[in-house]
Amino acid sequence: MAEPRTLSEKIWESHVVRREEGQPDLLYIDLHLVHEVTSAQAFESLRMAGRKVRRPELTVATVDHNVPTSDRDKPWPDPLSVQQVAVLDKNVADFGVTYFGVNDVRQGIVHVIGPEQGLTQPGLTIVCGDSHTATHGAFGALAIGIGTSEVEHVLATQTLPQAKPKTMAVEVNGTLPDGVVAKDVILSIIRTIGVGGGIGHVIEYRGDTIRNLSMEGRMTVCNMSIEGGARAGLVAPDDKTFAYLEGRPFAPKGQDWDAALAHWQTLPTDDDAKFDKVVSLKAEEIEPSVTWGTTPAQSVAVTGRIPDPDGFSEATAKEVGWRALNYMDLKPGTAIEDIPLDRVFIGSCTNSRIEDLRAAAAVVRGYNVAKTVRALVVPGSGLVKAQAEQEGLDKVFTEAGFEWRDAGCSMCLGMNPDILMPGERAASTSNRNFEGRQGPGGRTHLVSPEMAAAAAISGHFVDIRSWRRN
Amino acid sequence: MEPVRRIQAQAVPLNRSDVDTDQIIPAKYLKLVERTGFGKYLFDSWRKDESFVLNDPIYQGAQVLVAGPNFGCGSSREHAPWALEDYGFKAIIAPSFADIFRNNCAKIGLLLVQLRPDEVEIIMHRAEEKPETKVIVDLESQTVGIEGEEWTMHFDIDPFVKHMLINGLDDISLTLQSADAIATYEGKRPSFLPTTVG
Repeated sequence: MAEPRTLSEKIWESHVVRREEGQPDLLYIDLHLVHEVTSAQAFESLRMAGRKVRRPELTVATVDHNVPTSDRDKPWPDPLSVQQVAVLDKNVADFGVTYFGVNDVRQGIVHVIGPEQGLTQPGLTIVCGDSHTATHGAFGALAIGIGTSEVEHVLATQTLPQAKPKTMAVEVNGTLPDGVVAKDVILSIIRTIGVGGGIGHVIEYRGDTIRNLSMEGRMTVCNMSIEGGARAGLVAPDDKTFAYLEGRPFAPKGQDWDAALAHWQTLPTDDDAKFDKVVSLKAEEIEPSVTWGTTPAQSVAVTGRIPDPDGFSEATAKEVGWRALNYMDLKPGTAIEDIPLDRVFIGSCTNSRIEDLRAAAAVVRGYNVAKTVRALVVPGSGLVKAQAEQEGLDKVFTEAGFEWRDAGCSMCLGMNPDILMPGERAASTSNRNFEGRQGPGGRTHLVSPEMAAAAAISGHFVDIRSWRRN
Repeated sequence: MEPVRRIQAQAVPLNRSDVDTDQIIPAKYLKLVERTGFGKYLFDSWRKDESFVLNDPIYQGAQVLVAGPNFGCGSSREHAPWALEDYGFKAIIAPSFADIFRNNCAKIGLLLVQLRPDEVEIIMHRAEEKPETKVIVDLESQTVGIEGEEWTMHFDIDPFVKHMLINGLDDISLTLQSADAIATYEGKRPSFLPTTVG
């Protein structure tokens, strides 16, 4: 009998093009997602070497990092952004790559549009020049973030040499308390394993709590695998996965659907398969979380207080903790609910899908944004935006005083005009609270869409569990 | 890629853990469409602080960076290794590195030297106490030492990465030697797999 294998090992083994002693495996790549920021130099190198894109029909490009999220029809404020998008326009035309450009309704954050279009499917190897590529792992795909030289390698060869990662199971079991959502689950996981805990590993998220998450919740969890250092993160495909995919534009149809489904059902981890590392969490112990520092592992329950770094056991943790508090301008012992906010950002590849917007709108309905807060909602794609408008969610947000924008990465990393001013403090549904991530001198607290919405109304963090919905 | 063999140079002590790529090079500089010229933006925010170690003239000309664990975490931007290399660094010594950053450095010939935390501490301490110290990183023998001293410390490195670095090889050319294997694999891919054309 064959050795029991994990989901990620099955995908890995079925994609090995060449295996030689002393060399990394050469893996075939089924889907390559491209955006404007990490591709320009790769295309230019191809051009210099006289190479083509080997499989343009396995490649799709969009613009997301740089694009303004308002007044797109007017001249863009940053000529460098204009140039970078123009360079991608030319590259996809020259090399024959499928492209959802800025005026295409399918344009959006690369990790939102793959699943939305049905391109992201179980069992695939997926790469993108972006560290949040693990998002696609929610479908049981092995999805890896890569750098520009690797982008060039995949464009030229449709393969990627990779050292085989170790496997890690993160098991979450039990029922999540009301108000506790996928974002809180992944923040708790990262707090448990640490920002470097997943280095060299692919994480498989398992257990009934994960099974009970929607596809969008699973995407939120997988999205932040990199914040725990992991190479990739994935969830075994199941009926929920198949139901999500069926009928989407690029999902298989007819006989292909039947063949694909039969294949997908063989993918989940075998019962006796061993993981190199196992971590377990209880769903009942997870609370609505807020980050207080400058790494995604530095989080605490919304009802908690800013920790005192002097109470940390290791000297390094003390120093790191104080450094973070100094940057964040916070004092130990401060109640999280007493922290006032200047900005609220609902968006990013972590939390900008339709379900996120519905959840936030349900909190906002009938309230107004606090006078001291400027809040914006940035849908993950043009199609998410259209769907939200069809459901009237845009009205809920704008009537409350939120700005309603076009799709893009926006304030998650501040490459477009949506940035924090020095000293401003934001509640953000994005994935990174690094120093200056949302703008030089800006201070970021990571939260769920529900918690961000409630914070926008209140002007400070509040426990979503006690929120009265209208 | 230029071959990497032996580096003998001053080391800058950056005694911080989890240095993320947003610190190494902020997103606002990722709009450039070239591979060069990022060095002047290296650690852009931190360099605004006069006391930041890279601003200390005593470390000008250093080619080795010594840092805390999980160096290079966060974004996949290869602009981070480009900025470090463009600034003049040829090797980074730390107890651990983020995976994508590690791969990106290998592609451009920036040598990552992973040592135990206590070993990194020795180099960090020397670089802080005696900035003129020259660190010797020798890839062939996989050792780190100090100029004028007999002892060395061993470091592990993926043998394939070592081979590529020492010979300055371009891995696309290497992969294209397997063109037949790629074509054979492609011939066996099931028809239900997606394509990005209608």
